[in-house]
Amino acid sequence: MPPESPPTGHARPAVKPPGYHPVGAGPGDWASTHPLSPEEKLDLEQILADLEHYRPRRRGWTWRKRLNDQRLGPFSYRETSEPLARSVPLPAAKYFGNIDPQPDCVVTTEIASGRFEDDVRRMRMAAWHGADHIMVIRTAGQSHMDSLLEGTPEGVGGIAVTRKQVRATRKALDQIEDEVGRPINFHSYISGVAGPEMAVMFAEEGVNGAHQDPQYNVLYRNINMVRSFVDAAVAKKLMAAANMAQIDGAHNANATAREAWKVMPELLVQHAINCAYSVKAGMPKESICLSTVPPDAAPAPCVRMDLPYAVALRDLFAGYRMRAQQNTRYIESCGREATVNHVLDMLISRLTSADIQSTITPDEGRNVPWHYNNVHACNTARQTLVGLDGVRKIVKLDRQAPELKSKVRELKERAVLFLEGMLRDGGYFGAVEAGYFVDSGQYPETNDDGIFRKLDGGVGVDTVVERADDYLAPVCHHFGENHLEQAFGECGLVEGNGAPRPCELIGGCTLCNEELIPFVDELDPEDNVNVRLAQTAEMREKGLIKPEVQWAGDGFVVVTLFLPASERVAEFAALEMAKAMNLADPEVIHKQVMHPAEGTLLEVRGRLDVAIDPATLVIPEEPEELSDDEIREFVNERGLKCVAATVGNDEHSVGMREIIDIKHGGIEKYGIECVYLGTSVPVDKLLDAAIEHAADAVLLSTIISHGEIHRQNMEQIADLAAEKGVREKLLLIAGGTQVTDELAREWGMDAGFGRGTKGRHVASFMVKALQERATGAAAAGTAE
Amino acid sequence: MTRADEYLAWRTHLADLTEEQLEERFWELVDEIVDPLIELARTHTSPSIERSVLMRMGIDSQTANAVVSEVDKRGLLGHGAGHVVWHCSQVWKVDVRAAAAKLAAGKGWEAVEKKWGGHRAA
Repeated sequence: MPPESPPTGHARPAVKPPGYHPVGAGPGDWASTHPLSPEEKLDLEQILADLEHYRPRRRGWTWRKRLNDQRLGPFSYRETSEPLARSVPLPAAKYFGNIDPQPDCVVTTEIASGRFEDDVRRMRMAAWHGADHIMVIRTAGQSHMDSLLEGTPEGVGGIAVTRKQVRATRKALDQIEDEVGRPINFHSYISGVAGPEMAVMFAEEGVNGAHQDPQYNVLYRNINMVRSFVDAAVAKKLMAAANMAQIDGAHNANATAREAWKVMPELLVQHAINCAYSVKAGMPKESICLSTVPPDAAPAPCVRMDLPYAVALRDLFAGYRMRAQQNTRYIESCGREATVNHVLDMLISRLTSADIQSTITPDEGRNVPWHYNNVHACNTARQTLVGLDGVRKIVKLDRQAPELKSKVRELKERAVLFLEGMLRDGGYFGAVEAGYFVDSGQYPETNDDGIFRKLDGGVGVDTVVERADDYLAPVCHHFGENHLEQAFGECGLVEGNGAPRPCELIGGCTLCNEELIPFVDELDPEDNVNVRLAQTAEMREKGLIKPEVQWAGDGFVVVTLFLPASERVAEFAALEMAKAMNLADPEVIHKQVMHPAEGTLLEVRGRLDVAIDPATLVIPEEPEELSDDEIREFVNERGLKCVAATVGNDEHSVGMREIIDIKHGGIEKYGIECVYLGTSVPVDKLLDAAIEHAADAVLLSTIISHGEIHRQNMEQIADLAAEKGVREKLLLIAGGTQVTDELAREWGMDAGFGRGTKGRHVASFMVKALQERATGAAAAGTAE
Repeated sequence: MTRADEYLAWRTHLADLTEEQLEERFWELVDEIVDPLIELARTHTSPSIERSVLMRMGIDSQTANAVVSEVDKRGLLGHGAGHVVWHCSQVWKVDVRAAAAKLAAGKGWEAVEKKWGGHRAA
């Protein structure tokens, strides 16, 4: 067993590492005056209070600062960034001084349960596990709303993205980024038929990044093509004004196409159209991120198939940023399988490049992600990227290898043929009408199963109008024709030191003067955050504990069962068992055949309607443990010997072996000398052996407890030791499944150890007890 | 239309291009496809774009909705909803938020008609 160490997250010093200066943070900043304490929960009421006066501390995206050579603990790293002030390191970090190296790329997690007030708690957990890009997925249907939505209605399969939701989330993220010591990028969607308005609202509210790709609207939301592209230019210009990072929507083609590996030429084309369009709308290349997903998954030989694509993409799009996403196309309900595929995806990230590594939760194949699966996904990224740190220093892609070289070339050529075909068929609109996109054939192969859209169809058709000769928009950062000269003339605004700002016509716009930004509070009296929080207020106030996976008090738990039955029989048996466990609404969320006849693995979800008041719990104080080094040092200096046996008529040996054996991390590893007498040893023999070997301690294992045998054994050896005058010289320690420290002490022992005990616990106790005796004796000596 | 994979037959004109030439060709074609799209955007507007203009003028989303919807119904979107609001604010000597609020309440549209005509479409 590995050594136990105390929980490390909270124990890490709350020191901001050098270089952490969130723009806009300062004495007057809300989060700076309301720091979070790691021991306390987020205060939702405080976040929601006075929202109308909250202003974001900065605009724009923040990249991590890459360090090409960083020493952490015993290691040096080539592709990491500045460490966090607070985090929960990976579990194995305890072997390496609790280091928590952070990869060089931004790490994304998607959080959108439908209730932002619950999501902010999950964002905090994700940030402690290395996420610095929080992506909020929109609720289905919002993209067809031809205007902004106000308030905070509950979302389905995502969040209703509104000003209040965005503002409250950004406000919470300010606190969270200060707690972990690294800026957090907040991200959502500028798509649908209200794109330009979303872009304004996001720019005003300090949203740091967004998806924006007019092709996504056309293909997957059936929004009219003309409307989508005309709107997109305005939205992109606004994003550029706020220095937001943009992520495109190309990856949806391989999440949609029947055979995802065949859409690679099209993916290159889709990326290119959005990139070129964005640049022409005024966005700098370095803010444009290509959302690229390795299209394949094992059991396909996916790395060999996807690497040439990753290379071709990075060749063609030099100067743009890579947002590496993980594959969801082939995700099933097995979290293990999903995780392995995601690790393979990240192998490609590390062998090529990634500026943002996005993550998919391993439960996405079964439900809207749950709290701890966001954390798992972040850890999968952190673990893999750090594990592969600097691998390119010693392993390089062989660009001259015939297979790689010819595949890369072929993909580029196919993409060029695709573009030539589009132009022959009337450009972008013609190509979409002809069903060029998301066809499962590898271009120029076509299978006629692509997505067809009509120029005169779709949501928002016939809503675009030509700008007149006097078209005017008296605001800044507006894309396209704008006849400001006439208006400036009318107002007598003339060029002084450069052209006047457009918004000087109206005394300022919201992007130049944030005082002008209006705030709209809840409009719906029923469906809003205050009503939802009122339902769980009692739980929060009393500190009641209920299980949850996404919403406070949702009660969801998962039970894992292996049943020795065939799949279908096992499924129905498992549901009965869940009912017997008092789980409401049980549902099998994962089943996996171990063998058609021998058995099935199942995971069953259900709701447990139990709330625990922690005030009613009797929690024994956690014993203070010595460190491995402290134990070793003591043993080295004075030596420590013990005699051990399972006593009475008791043949159990496993427990004692685990406590003693070096192989199991037992006490031998500290240099403690152990004389093991075996099983079914009479207590007097055990005591005699202790005397004979001049041992410091007796380890007595007593598993059988019927007829209070374990009690008798303990009392007997304590009495015998007293009779023989050795009680003060010996530590008497009992262990067993039915033993507790309390009982053992009552029955004459110095300590008792029950289930879950490791060698380290016993060693730590022995050393401390011997130290105390030594100190006691010394004090007595001085007194004399 | 379904079509077999005719890649080898189709690629002949690309076969002799260097890697750089091929990549250049890729981006030239992309530009050729994107240029008319961006030109369309430069010269056109939409209800969402006009609402985004009003929002930047400090007008809340509900008021912006009401004003743009009426401007659109009157066939005046091409002049710019911000233009309409700004013009009224000049005529009425109030700030643009007050002008938008008045228009959203259905008042003062005579000032708009006087400048642009545009009787309300049924």
